[in-house]
Amino acid sequence: MTREIIKIEGLHKTYALDGVQVHALRGIDLVLEQGEYLAIMGPSGSGKSTLMNIIGCLDIADAGRYWLNGQDVTQLSGGQLAQIRNRELGFVFQNFNLLPRTTALENVETPLIYAGINKRERRSRSEEMLKLVGLGERLYHLPNQLSGGQQQRVAIARALVTQPSLLLADEPTGNMDSATSAELLTLLDKLNTEQGLTIALITHEADVAARAQRMVILRDGRLEASS
Amino acid sequence: MNWAAVLHLALMALWRNKSRAMLTTLGVIIGVASVIAMVSIGAGAQKRIAEQLESMGANTLVIRPGSVTRGGVRTGMGSVTSLMRTDAEAVRDITGVIAVSPAVRTSVQVRYRGANWGTVVEGVTPEYISVRNWPLTEGEFFTEQHVVSADHVCVLGQTVARELFGLASPIGETIVMKGVACQVRGILSVKGASAWGSDEDDRVVAPLTTVQRKIMGIDYVDSIEVQTAGREATYQVMGEVKKLLRQRHRLLEDQPDDFRVFNRAELAKTSEESAKVFTWLLGSIASVSLLVGGIGIMNIMLVSVTERTREIGIRMALGARRRDILWQFLLEALLLSAAGGVIGIFFGLGGAVLLSRFSEFPVSVTPWSIVLAFSFAALVGIFFGLHPARKASRLQPIEALRYE
Ligand SMILES: Nc1ncnc2c1ncn2[C@@H]1O[C@H](COP(=O)(O)OP(=O)(O)OP(=O)(O)O)[C@@H](O)[C@H]1O
Ligand SMILES: [Mg+2]
Repeated sequence: MTREIIKIEGLHKTYALDGVQVHALRGIDLVLEQGEYLAIMGPSGSGKSTLMNIIGCLDIADAGRYWLNGQDVTQLSGGQLAQIRNRELGFVFQNFNLLPRTTALENVETPLIYAGINKRERRSRSEEMLKLVGLGERLYHLPNQLSGGQQQRVAIARALVTQPSLLLADEPTGNMDSATSAELLTLLDKLNTEQGLTIALITHEADVAARAQRMVILRDGRLEASS
Repeated sequence: MNWAAVLHLALMALWRNKSRAMLTTLGVIIGVASVIAMVSIGAGAQKRIAEQLESMGANTLVIRPGSVTRGGVRTGMGSVTSLMRTDAEAVRDITGVIAVSPAVRTSVQVRYRGANWGTVVEGVTPEYISVRNWPLTEGEFFTEQHVVSADHVCVLGQTVARELFGLASPIGETIVMKGVACQVRGILSVKGASAWGSDEDDRVVAPLTTVQRKIMGIDYVDSIEVQTAGREATYQVMGEVKKLLRQRHRLLEDQPDDFRVFNRAELAKTSEESAKVFTWLLGSIASVSLLVGGIGIMNIMLVSVTERTREIGIRMALGARRRDILWQFLLEALLLSAAGGVIGIFFGLGGAVLLSRFSEFPVSVTPWSIVLAFSFAALVGIFFGLHPARKASRLQPIEALRYE
């Protein structure tokens, strides 16, 4: 039997900026099962990042329900949300969001610090993870000494080092040329098929979306088609 | 909480901004150093006063003639010649009194062969040594018998001995004061400067009767010093003394005392109090600079939080709780102030040592001033670090991440 990692019902999000209301999400229903690889597409401004941030427990919806691994996230405190971000979720951003002037290894270690894991284990798990994404030779490089593709791979290592049940990626290849992008997508494919990692990924490119098992399209805050 | 890791993060963050951290710390260094140096000066003064009062003999009462009103005219203090040696004898019988020393004093020119020296001669009884807590270094003090027969003997203070005899021993030699030749029997030990700055060792001490009759030509005494059994007894003895002297001087109910009784212990307390106030005053002035140093820390930490908003957002996205962020920034502020505290202690101690070496200030470094200055610095770090740290920890993850 498959397990539901994400279950969302009637999610709404409205931004108010200088009195102007932007209804970014207008009732989203979505289910993501363990081991699935989902691509989210849609025009710019359709609410993809907004949805992703709520799924990632970085932001809170105005209305609707959201269960993550069967747990009702809307009921949780700030500390509990932090713990979920730490243990259950892994994030990959378009602009990498690595800690500046911090080595690749220390970047990957950071979530383990907040998980309360000791230095030795942090180190060995982070090294292992960096090797897995093909950066075993770049442990002590600073972000600005790495290429864009390498930086994103550090970000993926950092997202996965806590062994989360879900990887969230907001346009992870948005800042890359097609070759680097293909390399990265191959890595994600491998993680999905070999390790059974559940992935939700936002993209503008059809060929990126084609790699996923399933695709949904967001338009004006609503999920339109799925295949 | 993973303390070692959070500490490491704080240290790394400071390390990445070395020169900024150093400049921020400078404020605390100056603050702590000046607190320690200032308090050392105050404590030095306090210690000197305490030592001097101790050497003067605590637990002593001093009786002096007071003013008296005759025909509506109030004379000045000490202008009355109401105190007699017999008063001293009577006071000795009060319980709680250990020793009594009546005294007269006048300035004289002392001559020894070709040399001469202007000083003060005191006429006292043998109990003087006990009341003043003043042992001899050489020779002997004169006896009661010498006082009874007004013998021409004396004891020299260190200054007089040095001025007249240099390195030679004065024992057995004869000095002349106002035409009276006295044989030197002993030398008092060094007492140093008094709390009021005069040289205690600049004196000659002779039998009371000798000075009264042969040098001054008087029969009264200038003062009576009373040594009591202890601090507590002093107060009770004081009351008894007053009662007794009023009786002896035949004063009526409505007549004021014709004498004054001073309590040296009381005097000691007041002087010590004022020295303490002085210390606190110096310390608090210096603390202001420590406070300014703290504001410097707050300023830099606020800048740092704003600069690192994105970093805070990233950390929150990776699972940092509010308190992880709070502690990281608070620890940075604490490390800054603690480093400033430690370095400041060294500068403060160095300053105090230099001051004592190259100036007249008596400097005394007290451990509590170091502890106090350091804890105050740490407190300043917490106090001024808390606001920026809370500001950092209250950021919303998504807003911090989006911050440009
Ligand atoms: N913090 C905010 N304050 C106000 N409005 C916002 C905020 N964030 C997003 N919006 C608005 O919400 C809508 C959805 O934004 P969102 O970032 O989710 O779009 P998106 O689908 O990710 O677009 P893109 O493909 O360009 O990244 C947009 O109209 C945007 O202007
Ligand atoms: Mg977006």
